[in-house]
Amino acid sequence: MAQATKKPIRWHIAVFLAPAVLIYTAIMIIPLFSTLQLAMYSDVENSQVYVGLQNFRALFGDPQWSDQFWNALKNNTWFFIVHMIVQNPIGILLAALLSSPRLRMRSFYRTAIFIPTILSFVIAGFAWKLILSPLWGVAPNLLDMVGLKSLFQPWLGKEAYALTTLALISVWQFVGIPMMLIYAALLSIPDELLEAAECDGITGMSQFWKVKLPLILPAIGIISILTFVGNFNAFDLIYATQGALAGPDFSTDILGTFMFRTFFGFQLQLGDPNLGAAIATAMFVIILIGVSIYLFGIQRRLRRYQF
Amino acid sequence: MMKSTKLALLAATMLGASGVAMAQDAELTIESWRNDDLTIWQEKLIPAFEAKNPGIKVKFAPSAPTEYNAVLNSKLDAGTAGDLITCRPFDASLSLYQKGHLSAIQDLENMANFSDVAKAAWSTDDGAETFCVPMASVIHGFIYNADAFEELGIEPPKTNEEFFAVLEKIKEDGTYIPMAMGAKDQWEAATMGYTNIGPNYWKGEEGRLALISGEQKLTDDQWVEPFRQLAAWAPYLGDGYEAQAYPDSQNLFTLGRAAIFPAGSWEISIFNDQADFKLGAFAPPVQNAGDECYISDHTDIGIGMNAKTENAEAARTFLNWVGSAEFASLYANSLPGFFSLSSETVEMEDPLAQEFVSWRENCKSTIRPAHQIISRGTPNLWNEMWNVSANVLRGAQSPEDGAKQLQDGLAGWYEPQQ
Repeated sequence: MAQATKKPIRWHIAVFLAPAVLIYTAIMIIPLFSTLQLAMYSDVENSQVYVGLQNFRALFGDPQWSDQFWNALKNNTWFFIVHMIVQNPIGILLAALLSSPRLRMRSFYRTAIFIPTILSFVIAGFAWKLILSPLWGVAPNLLDMVGLKSLFQPWLGKEAYALTTLALISVWQFVGIPMMLIYAALLSIPDELLEAAECDGITGMSQFWKVKLPLILPAIGIISILTFVGNFNAFDLIYATQGALAGPDFSTDILGTFMFRTFFGFQLQLGDPNLGAAIATAMFVIILIGVSIYLFGIQRRLRRYQF
Repeated sequence: MMKSTKLALLAATMLGASGVAMAQDAELTIESWRNDDLTIWQEKLIPAFEAKNPGIKVKFAPSAPTEYNAVLNSKLDAGTAGDLITCRPFDASLSLYQKGHLSAIQDLENMANFSDVAKAAWSTDDGAETFCVPMASVIHGFIYNADAFEELGIEPPKTNEEFFAVLEKIKEDGTYIPMAMGAKDQWEAATMGYTNIGPNYWKGEEGRLALISGEQKLTDDQWVEPFRQLAAWAPYLGDGYEAQAYPDSQNLFTLGRAAIFPAGSWEISIFNDQADFKLGAFAPPVQNAGDECYISDHTDIGIGMNAKTENAEAARTFLNWVGSAEFASLYANSLPGFFSLSSETVEMEDPLAQEFVSWRENCKSTIRPAHQIISRGTPNLWNEMWNVSANVLRGAQSPEDGAKQLQDGLAGWYEPQQ
């Protein structure tokens, strides 16, 4: 009976983990490391040669590339800032309104606001291109009806406005996600807590600021980091509306479009997969740094409440 | 590691494709960006070939024009590309040849039907090897609404002065937008703007070759002046032309709201279908009456053979047929606006196409200046030209600044210009 004390190998753990680990390795981890590897090589007379960090030196040292890179990073940062100051506050506001007990037709609003999120970028981009078109769009006519025609500009064609316009289109499309997450967080606040607050005389707006907001802060943190990752990986919307050259005059060029143009080439510019992979690696590092700052700097300090 | 993942990918795609090529028939697949031409290939060109060559089946498999280069390169690298490859002119195809993706085909019998100029776009720099059969060129000019011109009592302009007088007159009348062009998609400004009117200033081939040899600079007056002309177009374009895309411009014109369309001849078949008014065309205006005229007659499409094809013999048979007079006539007539590069005379029925091709008799032909050799480095001259042309058209950059930016970029890597 001595053998009974020896623990049997728990095969079932490996078996249950295997599918996820294998699939994740095949479609995420291997490509990630292949990309890092690709960035260290260069095409010399049609064969791949290891060149160390030369691609990164070109990317950050050669003004032909570094100017484009910093321009893309700057635009990308602005794209992110617009999301943070427009999308997330509006998402919180909508969630607060939706959770108000006196609101009627709640599920209708919820669905209507969430629907754009499930649309393809191409559809959203194309629809907005038409709406804002100076020729056939409804935007000039709508502004005309309220007597503000003079405010209309060909927004997507002006350097000063194009990027902000695109960021706002993206906000319109994705505002449903923060709304849903925060709505769920708000619903999970127990009624006893709110009743207790009411007994203490905290109602209405101050109840939101003093009781609900601190309780949904972790959800807001998660949304911020999702926005960050999503924005620095963004590509589709810009490509669908402005094309790979991200006009006018590269004012809407973000890291994703810059990477695409470099990796696959564009018109007479031949693709350079190695330099493209270097840009992809830089994007990966930027996102990694951002996520780490959030994880170690912010998330650990967030106070959580047990109910 | 990379190799094994590639192999896995390859195996996955092959599993999907196996079972197609079972019969003894050789099946050829054509890679192309001309998805607009799908029906013409399926209904006219391929049946004509198959009737003559029983035992060879041909499939036309196009992808979207803007994605073609990227898609094709990935497919060639993975070994899944079709047997026949539609060739972009110059460096894009040359690099495919140098990487061993395309076969040399200068020994095909019917290659004798093409002049050296026609073959230049798909030959090595020394002209010794050719890797694609030239199919067609496109000519630039202006297409106009002939009914509108008649209504307003204006004649197609010949000189620059007349051209602006015409624009001014249409603008004053107010019924039509004088010219349909936008800056949003950028390539229109470069292709249908700068390189459309430019050859009259830089004297076609003379200027283009001088640029390649380093004798002229992009900041020289003959290269800056077309930008100044382009900037002067702005007041005659539609409201909000900054955000007007290429399909917007096409629709403006075919709906009869704009009078003039700076065009490439590929528009002919589209406009014939969509416009219900009479169309006319005029060549890019010259500076002074009696000046020699130059047109952009750009070698645009060729077709070559995937070096790794399993049906090399069948592919060569097909390519030889593409070089024949029969194909030239079939193609030019099914796709008016794509002009055959064959030395054989090709009769065309479409009047607008005839008008375009008639300019070849009086004017000297040239190709787009950025395409041969000088778009090999970084920054890419042709991409820069798109951007600068669009900036100049939007008034965001002065013609001189734009030209300087192009010259600085080119001089940055191209030795003859340093």
